[in-house]
Amino acid sequence: MGIKVVNAVIAIIGGIGGAIIIFWILNKLAESLKGRWEDRVKPWMFAGPAILAIAVYLIYPAIVTVQYSFANEDSTAYVGLSNYKDLLTDNSFLQVLFNNVLWIIIVPAMTVVLGLGVAVLADRLRPRGEKSAKTFIFLPMAISMVGAATIWRTVYDYQPEGAPQTGILNAILGFFNKAPVFWYGESTLHFNSLLLMIILIWTQVGYSMVLLSAAIKGVPEDTVEAGRIDGAGERKIFFSIIVPQIWPTVITVFITVLIGVMKVFDVVYVTTNGAYNTDVIARRFYDELYTQGNNGYASAIVVILIIAIVPVLIYQVRHFRAEEAAR
Amino acid sequence: MTTTVQPGTGAPAESQKLRQSKAGSGPGSASWPVRIGLVFLCVAWMIPALGMLVNSFRPRDDQFSSGWWTAFFNPFGSTWTLQNYQQVLTTDAAGIPMSQAFINSFIVALPATVIPILIAAFAAYAFTFMQWPGRDLMFVVVVGLLVVPNQVAFVPLVKLYGALGLNGTFFAVWLAHIGFGMPLAIYILRTYMSGLPNAVIESAKIDGASHFTTFWRLIMPMSTPALASFAIFQFLWVWNDLLVALIFLGRGDNTVATVALQGLQGQTGQGKELIPAAGFITIIVPILVFLALQRYFIRGMTSGAVKG
Repeated sequence: MGIKVVNAVIAIIGGIGGAIIIFWILNKLAESLKGRWEDRVKPWMFAGPAILAIAVYLIYPAIVTVQYSFANEDSTAYVGLSNYKDLLTDNSFLQVLFNNVLWIIIVPAMTVVLGLGVAVLADRLRPRGEKSAKTFIFLPMAISMVGAATIWRTVYDYQPEGAPQTGILNAILGFFNKAPVFWYGESTLHFNSLLLMIILIWTQVGYSMVLLSAAIKGVPEDTVEAGRIDGAGERKIFFSIIVPQIWPTVITVFITVLIGVMKVFDVVYVTTNGAYNTDVIARRFYDELYTQGNNGYASAIVVILIIAIVPVLIYQVRHFRAEEAAR
Repeated sequence: MTTTVQPGTGAPAESQKLRQSKAGSGPGSASWPVRIGLVFLCVAWMIPALGMLVNSFRPRDDQFSSGWWTAFFNPFGSTWTLQNYQQVLTTDAAGIPMSQAFINSFIVALPATVIPILIAAFAAYAFTFMQWPGRDLMFVVVVGLLVVPNQVAFVPLVKLYGALGLNGTFFAVWLAHIGFGMPLAIYILRTYMSGLPNAVIESAKIDGASHFTTFWRLIMPMSTPALASFAIFQFLWVWNDLLVALIFLGRGDNTVATVALQGLQGQTGQGKELIPAAGFITIIVPILVFLALQRYFIRGMTSGAVKG
C-alpha cells in the first residue's frame, strides 16, 4: 500500500515536472532555430504533446477499431461484412438497439422538462430557498452511476411475497395489499428499462436545471414587461416569450444529455447486467469484448455507435463554428 | 457521471445580464402550492440516498427483515451498528478491502486530473495566441472528439496494453484518462483564453516577452478559474468512472472504489449487507468535492453553454 502511494506521488511530481521539462526543452529547441522557422515550429512544440495524446488515445485506436470490425474475433483475418451481418440479423442485438432508441428518446426529453420545471419554480423562491432547493436537486450529479444504482436499491428492492418488503415501491404495493413485484424483471412495455432510466434522470436533472435556470435569469426584463403590457398571462409569457429566448440552452442541454445516454453503460451493468431485456449497446460491447472475447463483434458495435453519433457530431461542429463566427 | 458534461469556462469578460425579479413571478412570489411542491420534490430527490445511508448503519438481519424507514422513524427502538463499515473497510468482501480501493481511487484520480492540465494549457495557448497552418482544422477535430465515446479506443488499447504488459497497472489508467480527457481540457481552456483581453498579450509581446514567458507569467495565472473548472470535472469524472477502470485495471489489488462496489452488488448471500456502507464510502468524496467547490463547478457549466 505504502509503495503504491509513493508511486502515485512520484507520478504527480514526475508527471508535472516531466511535462515542464519537456515543454522547456521543446521551447529551447524552437528558439534555437532562426527567424521565421522559430515561429513556424513553436506552435507545434506547444500543441504537440496534446495532439500526440489525442492521436494515440483516440484517433489511432478509432481507425484500428474500424479495421477490426471487418476482421474475425481475434483480429487475425478479415471476414468482410460478416460481423455486421451477424449482428444486424441477430434479434437480441436488434432489441438492444431498440432499447437504446428508447433511452435516447426518453431520457434527454425528461431531463430537460424536469430541469426546466424545477428552474421555473425555484426562480420564484427567495434567493436562500432557491439555493438550497437547487443544491438538493443538483447533488446526485456528483454521484457515480454505480453509487446511484446502489442508492436506488432502497427504492426498487424486492423480497419474496410474504416477507417484509425492504424497497419503497414494494412497501407501497404492500400497503395496498398488492403482491410485491420484482421490478428489474418487469419487461412488459420495457417498464424495467424505464426504471433504470429514472436512475440516470435522477442524476442529470440538476445539470439541466442549473443551465436552464441561468438562461431564464438571462431573459431581458423588458421583453417580459412588453408581453405583460400587451395583456399576456403568465403561461403565455412563459411559452411565447421566455421559452423561445432560452431555446438555444434547451438544445445544448438536450444534446449534452443525449451524448451521455448514447453510451450509457454503468447503470445497466450494475443493476441487471443486461438481463430481462434491458440491454444497451455499450453493455453489449463490454460483453462481447470481455465475456465473449470477440474483438470483431465488439469493434462492429463501436462502429455502429459511431455512425449513430455522426449527426450529433455534425451538429456539435456546426454549433461551434456558428459560435466562433459570432465572437 | 456518465454524461460528458461540456462545461463552458466562465469567460472573464462575461457580462452578467442581471434580472433579479420578474414582476409577479420574482423571488418570494411563490404561492404555497409551489413551495410545497418544491419541498416535496427535494425530499423525494433525497429519499433514496437517505435510505442507503440509514441502511448502512443497520445490522444485517434488520436490513433484510424490514425497510430502512422503520429504523428511520423509530431511531431509539432500532439497533445501530458500525459493523458494516468496519467489515467492508478491512475484509476482502468486495474483492479487496474498501479502504484500499478508496486509496486506489485517489491514486488513480489525482495524477489523472493534474497531469493533463499543463499539457492542455500549452496546447490551448497555441490554439489561441499563435498562428499556424492547420490550427482551425485541428481545433474542429478537438471539438468533434468531445462527443465521440471512449469506446472507440478500447479494443486496440487493450491489445496494445496487453502486448506491453500494461493491463492492470495504474500507469495504463493514468495515460488513458489523460488521453480521453484531453479534448475537453483543451476546449475549456481555449474557450477561456480566447476571452482574455487581447491588449494584455499584445503589450507583453511589445515588451519583448517570449511566448514561453507570456504563457507562464500572464496566461496561466489569468486562467486559474478555467483550470479549476476543468480540474473539478476531470476529478469527478475519473473518480466516478467504472468502465475505464474495469477494462484497464480489472478487479485485482489495484482496483478502485467504483469497481469494488460494483463487484459487491453481485453478492447474494454473505456480504450483501455491506453494499450500503460500501456505497457511502464510494460517493462521499465526490459529494464533498462538489459541496466545497460548487461555485466553480456551476460557473464552469453555465457561462460557456448558456452563451449559445
